[in-house]
Amino acid sequence: MIQVSHLTKFYGPRAAVNDLTFEVKKGEIVGFLGPNGAGKSTTMKILTGFMPASSGSAKIAGYDVFASPLEVKRNIGFLPENPPVYPEMQVQDYLQFAAELHQVPREKLRTAVDHALTKTSLGDVRHRLIGNLSKGFRQRVGLAQALVHNPAILILDEPTVGLDPKQIIEIRELIKGLGGEHTVILSSHILPEVTATCERIIVISKGRIVAEDTIDQLTTRIKKGVIYSLVVKNPDPTGVAAIRNIPGIHTVTQAGPKLVIEVQSGTNEIRDQIIETAVKKEMGVLEFSAEKVSLEEIFLQLTTIETPTQSTGATV
Amino acid sequence: MSPKNVWTIARKDFRTYFSSPIAYIVIAGFMLIMGWMFFYTLSHFEMQSMQYQQFNTGKSPSLTEGIIRPVYGNMNVIFLFLVPFITMRLFAEERKLHTIELLLTSPVRLTEIVLGKFISSFLLILVMLGVTLTYPIILFATGNPELGPIVTSYLGTLLLASCYLSIGILFSSLTENQIVAGSLTFATSLFFWLVNWAAQASGPIWSEILNYLSLIGHYSNFGQGLIDSSDVIYYLSFIGLGLFLTHRVLDSFRWR
Repeated sequence: MIQVSHLTKFYGPRAAVNDLTFEVKKGEIVGFLGPNGAGKSTTMKILTGFMPASSGSAKIAGYDVFASPLEVKRNIGFLPENPPVYPEMQVQDYLQFAAELHQVPREKLRTAVDHALTKTSLGDVRHRLIGNLSKGFRQRVGLAQALVHNPAILILDEPTVGLDPKQIIEIRELIKGLGGEHTVILSSHILPEVTATCERIIVISKGRIVAEDTIDQLTTRIKKGVIYSLVVKNPDPTGVAAIRNIPGIHTVTQAGPKLVIEVQSGTNEIRDQIIETAVKKEMGVLEFSAEKVSLEEIFLQLTTIETPTQSTGATV
Repeated sequence: MSPKNVWTIARKDFRTYFSSPIAYIVIAGFMLIMGWMFFYTLSHFEMQSMQYQQFNTGKSPSLTEGIIRPVYGNMNVIFLFLVPFITMRLFAEERKLHTIELLLTSPVRLTEIVLGKFISSFLLILVMLGVTLTYPIILFATGNPELGPIVTSYLGTLLLASCYLSIGILFSSLTENQIVAGSLTFATSLFFWLVNWAAQASGPIWSEILNYLSLIGHYSNFGQGLIDSSDVIYYLSFIGLGLFLTHRVLDSFRWR
């Protein structure tokens, strides 16, 4: 449904998007994950035909984004970062305008608008002025606008920003429900957002794809050994060295009284030994805990630790 | 190009004029000033014709010369002041609210967007001109005016006001700030109005060029009941150029 190959976009000398290649199949929900400024919005703007790429190509529903922008735009529903709503319009009139802009036939306008209102549960505010609605409602109006012409592909830029927790859950459910029938790409810089709604994640950082997989595989693939943290009263170098020498320990990093101990994956239970050594060296154990490797950390690792490979890539 | 898309955008913006105070303020201000002007011109004309009847001195007064020309000539000046308020929000507001992204990611052409915006403001001008139809009605009810000059005055005013509109739409597309858009529209319109003032002081070629460029210079024939195709062509090209440049500005958004 969406094919992107070697997409690159330069803003002056800076590449906002650098050689992106990915594919999204019909009915899939794909999450675009990356820190702020990673190039998510730029990629989405290119896909919607809002701006052209510097090089590379993108095809949507079989149409090339650059060669036939009108056909592409007809097949897309787009929710930009800021919901594009007119404060002086009523919700219903606004949705009708959006539907007409997307050439929904006149006899189907009413049902299209009603359908979008129901899906986003905006029925109660249909006659209110958008300017008088809260940020969360405006976001939903923006989403309704993207849905109103029943597009094959939905491109949602940070769809749950500014919503309260209850609304976030509602919108996530709504997006999940769209899969199958619609193809959805959504972007986010918040990980739980993506894990809650998407089947597949594309992690991008500094304009490049750093990982692309299902959530489960991403977790197992990147998971390194277990990490423990040990806080001691007396972190003297001989003690630290002794812990480092325990077989199975990968690294020990020291930050003041806190030692972060990374265990090689596949090592058996080793906690006893660590504490024993610390006690023997009279380090004065204050705290010992296991740190879970969460997806959040994987995300951080992907987007920050892999910087060296990116910098070599940039100089080429 | 699809007329339906143009109409979708034109209708939305036309309705926006009336769901905000803009249309009411502009129309009310326009009616107040024009009404006062018509009343003043009418009473002045009445005095002149009474003098003429009593003493048989001076020029024989004609409704065309005495009322229609001054009233519709002054209307052009009023439009010079009011059009910036009509056009300033058309694109500047869309840019500021990011709603321009909705328009630019919808399956509509840039030409359709620009024409839709132009037509919405053109319709508002039509409403304003429609209100002034009471003046010829009063003249026909009480006297015997010529129809020709009235019709051409309306046509000329409409074309001239449309030129201001095209300037205004262009400046509105260039900035997010409505005040900037409005001020530049007024300044530029005024410049094209006054550009022939320098004609007397310049050489023969320049004087001809400056006279040709003047917006008001091309109106005088309309005020006398004449339609000269060169005037019509000048106005239409002026409008076309303004809208074409707006199209280029919108297209440039994609390259930023």
